[in-house]
Amino acid sequence: MIEQSPILEIRDLKIALPEGSDRPFALDGLNLTVKPGEIVCMVGESGSGKSLSAGAIMRLLPEPHVHVAGGSINFLGEDILAKTDREMKQIRGNRISMIFQEPMTALNPQKTVGWQIDEVLKLHMEGNRAARRKHAIEMLNRVHIPDPESAYNAYPHQISGGQRQRVMIAMALSLSPKLVIADEPTTALDVTTQLQILKLIRELQQEDGAGVLFITHDFGVVAEIADHVIVLRQGEVVEQGAADQVLNHPQHPYTQALIASVPDLAPPPPKPVSTLPVVLKGTGLKKTFAAKGGLLSGKRKAVIAVKDLSFELHQGETLGVVGESGSGKTTVSRLVTRLLEADAGAVDVDGKDLLACSPSELRGMRKHIQMVFQDPMASLNPRKRVVDLIAQGPIVHGEDPEKARARARELLELVELSPAAANRFPHEFSGGQRQRIGIARALAMEPKVIVADEPVSALDVSVQAQVLKLLADLRDRMNLSLLFVTHDLRVAAQLCDCIIVMQKGEIVEAGVTAEVFADPKHPYTRNLLSSIPGRHWTPPVRNTDAA
Amino acid sequence: MTVLDTELRPPEPSRGIVFWRRYRRNRAALLGLFIFAVVVLMALTAGFVDPGDPLRRAGDPLTAPFVDMATPLGTDQLGRDILSGLFYGARISLLVGVVATLVAIAIGVIIGALAGYFGGWVDDVLMRVTEAFQTIPNFVLLLTLVAILGSKIEWITLAIGIVSWTAPARMVRAEFMSLRNREFVDAARNLGVSNTSLIFREILPNALPPIIVYASVIMALSILLESALAFLGLGDPNYASWGNMIGQGRAVLRTAWYCAAIPGIAIVLTVLSFSLLGEGLNDALNPRQKQ
Repeated sequence: MIEQSPILEIRDLKIALPEGSDRPFALDGLNLTVKPGEIVCMVGESGSGKSLSAGAIMRLLPEPHVHVAGGSINFLGEDILAKTDREMKQIRGNRISMIFQEPMTALNPQKTVGWQIDEVLKLHMEGNRAARRKHAIEMLNRVHIPDPESAYNAYPHQISGGQRQRVMIAMALSLSPKLVIADEPTTALDVTTQLQILKLIRELQQEDGAGVLFITHDFGVVAEIADHVIVLRQGEVVEQGAADQVLNHPQHPYTQALIASVPDLAPPPPKPVSTLPVVLKGTGLKKTFAAKGGLLSGKRKAVIAVKDLSFELHQGETLGVVGESGSGKTTVSRLVTRLLEADAGAVDVDGKDLLACSPSELRGMRKHIQMVFQDPMASLNPRKRVVDLIAQGPIVHGEDPEKARARARELLELVELSPAAANRFPHEFSGGQRQRIGIARALAMEPKVIVADEPVSALDVSVQAQVLKLLADLRDRMNLSLLFVTHDLRVAAQLCDCIIVMQKGEIVEAGVTAEVFADPKHPYTRNLLSSIPGRHWTPPVRNTDAA
Repeated sequence: MTVLDTELRPPEPSRGIVFWRRYRRNRAALLGLFIFAVVVLMALTAGFVDPGDPLRRAGDPLTAPFVDMATPLGTDQLGRDILSGLFYGARISLLVGVVATLVAIAIGVIIGALAGYFGGWVDDVLMRVTEAFQTIPNFVLLLTLVAILGSKIEWITLAIGIVSWTAPARMVRAEFMSLRNREFVDAARNLGVSNTSLIFREILPNALPPIIVYASVIMALSILLESALAFLGLGDPNYASWGNMIGQGRAVLRTAWYCAAIPGIAIVLTVLSFSLLGEGLNDALNPRQKQ
């Protein structure tokens, strides 16, 4: 193969942050090259500066606070940084285009899909309306949207999330750009959709020979799609090289730690738990969300979130509830804690039906079943000190406030936070730290069951590994029973002894995790498992202490 | 290397310091704070600066300002000292402003919190009542209340509070509706916290910032309402309020304009200071709104 001239060449790029930020440069000395037909993956945790580098290439930085302080960006041999705004307008969308993370917010909800594609074409394409329309429909066809003609006339809310991302890709590629920047394009999507979108990007890019700069935080995605990998950490490149090299023989300790944090797909050996008593039992749970029709608007169909769900959780066991968005798994977590009222069914905690309790009985029962929430930012009252947050539950249940606070300090130590954290407010902590506080709060009640609703999905991968390890540790030491809701099969594989796979409010498969993973019975489970990004790649370093 | 994520960041400066830093950034708000401080000072020192009753005769009627040093801002048609009236009037205006605002906010918070937290029929009933109040023009309702209750200063203040609670109630309701579904409320509920504590200990502190900002607006409006009542001659005649002074000065507006103009300026400045204060509070309490 002949060495082709690169599409994008970045040398020593520095991006300065405003004064008073945690570091002077968001990006310090970035070097990278994108060749035609190549997919370069930029990987890093939040705050590593990966999205800002995309902004710099598009010249869309929030100047003057954040600006390029040094280095060069060459696009097809021309210096991007020297271009005028007018010249940049010609380049953006036409020769460099971008795919965003959240297709719902990147598309204008008031305009049809066709109108929005046409808007891009109008700016950069010769030809009349009919020609543009033909081209747009051809593009929609290329991104495999079923019935492109009707999709052309649809509004963004009328098509699914995966299809919206396809529309974004069609828009991005409609002018055959030389460079496509994809900023976490699949993060907001379900795994099965994610895999389709990744394949699509791969396929279209090979047809057009464009270069792709792909920004992601997920090593599974990297393994799926990358030719070349750049690992960023706090604005500095720690390692770059061919995908195979970086993924299988990482040199830098940070890369090694990151890769080691990717949860392994091998499930834990099954525990003989079925002999232990059942601590949480759901029978025939049902929940329908009645869509409220207005006086003038027509009646809308009610949504069935959970239909006829039954399960058992044994003492000391971890039961995973997995499924894609809309499968009703979060509703399950709210039903068993009675934060939502079920339409029918029973939840037995320690032999007593929680759903039949009177309000005052319920308040007493709550100490047996505690919850760890998804969003560590939202689940801690911003106006309360950490010690009060943790001690609140025991105090409500009649514990002496002084004793409860002393116990809260002990719990902080148990979740590996310094006792100095006790008197601070939640906003002073990082996401992982907040989740630890959330876990301490749940533990303070000494519950029989802990329900964890996506407790690690808002966290960076290395922090995620630490929190998962903590949860597993505490579970083993304190013999906790966990109901663990997650969309991430890798996480489920790490932690769960048994697993329930949900689709559209129903259990499609249930069983011991190792067995379900090794031999999925239901086609949906098989589809889910085969969609896990990077499933063919086994991370080389298995260093459990790396985190 | 990855660092363990359990290392704490250095402690942040206390809330008070952060608040003051943000407030200070807005120059106009500093001016507002200054004027407000002057008005408060006037109210506090009224007895020292010009001892005695502001309603007593202090000099010849209709003395122009800066003529007689005993009455530096002149006298009205009954020979009462205008400067003294200003100082004592500041007391009444602030008193009416603060108490009426407290009444309005208290009613508004309770109604809005119940409606926003419980929703459903509670919300429907309370909001229909609120709308009923909103459809009657404020001032007409105030006149009616004063006509029924009488024009003692206590009743006037209460009546102003009663006509001003609808806006804060709607605001509190909106805040509660968005906050009640937040995870931290679910988390507290899951600990077995009662509804009353959820409303007042969990949600209300988070709903307060916009209400505090709006309180400054209500304060300004209360002072205006009181002045308007006094202007119509319905104020409490036993107190020298700015509105009373304008109302009486109106009769001699063409020959002695200063009788009405000086208290008028005082009202304008005070109301302006509240408005600027509110803007500064908004910057300091809701920093994200402006960026």
